[in-house]
Amino acid sequence: MSELRQEAEAMAEQFSDHLEVDPAEIESQLENLVDEYRVPLEEARRSVTNSYLDDAGLDRDELAPGSATRAQVADIDEDEQWVDLRVTLVDLWEPRSDSIAQVGLLGDESGTIKFVAFETSDLPALSEGQSYALSNVVTDEYEGRYSVKLNRTTQITELDESIEVGDDADTVEGALVDIQSGSGLIKRCPEEDCTRVLQNGRCSEHGQVDGGFDLRIKGVLDDGETVTEVIFDREATERLTGMTLEEAKDLAMDALDTTVVAEEMADDVLGRYYRVTGPTFGRYVLVDEFEEPGPVDVETALVEARSI
Amino acid sequence: MSGSAPTREVARRVFANEFNDAGYTFKESDDERAPVYLLLPTGASANRVFFVGTLTERDDVGEDSEYWRGRIVDPTGTFFVYAGQYQPEAASTLRALEPPAYVAVVGKPRTYETDDGEVRVSVRPESITTVDAAVRDRWVAETARRTIDRVAAFDDDGNEYARMADEQYALDPATYKRASLSALEDLDETDELAADGTDTTDAPDPAAD
Repeated sequence: MSELRQEAEAMAEQFSDHLEVDPAEIESQLENLVDEYRVPLEEARRSVTNSYLDDAGLDRDELAPGSATRAQVADIDEDEQWVDLRVTLVDLWEPRSDSIAQVGLLGDESGTIKFVAFETSDLPALSEGQSYALSNVVTDEYEGRYSVKLNRTTQITELDESIEVGDDADTVEGALVDIQSGSGLIKRCPEEDCTRVLQNGRCSEHGQVDGGFDLRIKGVLDDGETVTEVIFDREATERLTGMTLEEAKDLAMDALDTTVVAEEMADDVLGRYYRVTGPTFGRYVLVDEFEEPGPVDVETALVEARSI
Repeated sequence: MSGSAPTREVARRVFANEFNDAGYTFKESDDERAPVYLLLPTGASANRVFFVGTLTERDDVGEDSEYWRGRIVDPTGTFFVYAGQYQPEAASTLRALEPPAYVAVVGKPRTYETDDGEVRVSVRPESITTVDAAVRDRWVAETARRTIDRVAAFDDDGNEYARMADEQYALDPATYKRASLSALEDLDETDELAADGTDTTDAPDPAAD
């Protein structure tokens, strides 16, 4: 069987749930593009697929994948690939859009990767700490960073075993030059599986709710050449500032204002140097560990400076 | 997805002598709201700076409303910071501070032309916090290193900011390397003095209990 014929059969198979397509017809279209017009096979496949997607009124996401392959998250380095993963849900984040059902971080032995599940895909919600076999997820790339999208065809199977999450932590060092809004004493939505930060008592998903207090710092580390946004969760924030959640609540209560907490914290941490370690997701490093670098080693600095 | 957020400008490390020698500002695009950069004489653009030094004076120089001016000294010279009603946190920090004190400042360079045509450079602070000597020492070492690296790259092919600096200032970048080295040497000496001191003060005192 020719290479084109094989491609055509695989593509016809992908459409089998939606369209009656004759592999021979696909093959002749591929042939036309590849042999007549000298289009690379990959591009030809894409173009023919798109024309059938139009015919069927489908999105690419809805297409049954031809060949999803088992993958480790650290190996994902190509856009629009269908993969099967065995992962643990490490972290759920606040969706920034109503169209997103869940967004967060998946991990396996090789590392972690962002995932997105859309409302339209109607999938069961995943829960933090649980391990899953996810089949038919699609890879996505944005500015060189990869993520996976769950879609309507994704099969979610809870695993009894626990998939261990590998360490892909980054370490960054710099001066803490800014504390961003949404830091200090915040409130989160109490709805199940929703951890969105409330704005004026409102959750973007669940409306007016009686939120629960939490602490965090969204900060910026700057070494004079690059900036890195970092997030200290409650536990890291308490260690960093020495202020507990209870103390922060008391402070806010006395001032009748929650913003005093971030201001108080800023006095203690802005303009200091920190070295932080944690996994990167999107723009942020999630701080697991941090330290203030000790006294600077002037002698070494001097030797290095003189040698430049 | 979140990539639409504009990237944050880095806070350059620059000593006061170099900062005060700058005066030429430029934009990278015609957009009215495009960020303004101060051109550093060692060949770098600075939309933001971070520095640590000793606050030696702060005065309210405002006429109608409070307008605080602080003098902040590093091993090479003096930074001037100005904070008024639009920088309420920095202004209230300056009001409350008792000089001398080590302070860390994050802020934006501002230029101002005097009546006789001289360009003065100052900093509009985004934040001012009090810090300790260890932070100050780290900043001096870091800034010396960054400055010396810039000087080393000054003649590199394609270093457009260095070409621009050459054109605008015609200053010898080696000056800033020398100042950086002597700042480091001073730090080294104070270090040794401090080390001599700690030998006695850190020793456990048998009479303490």
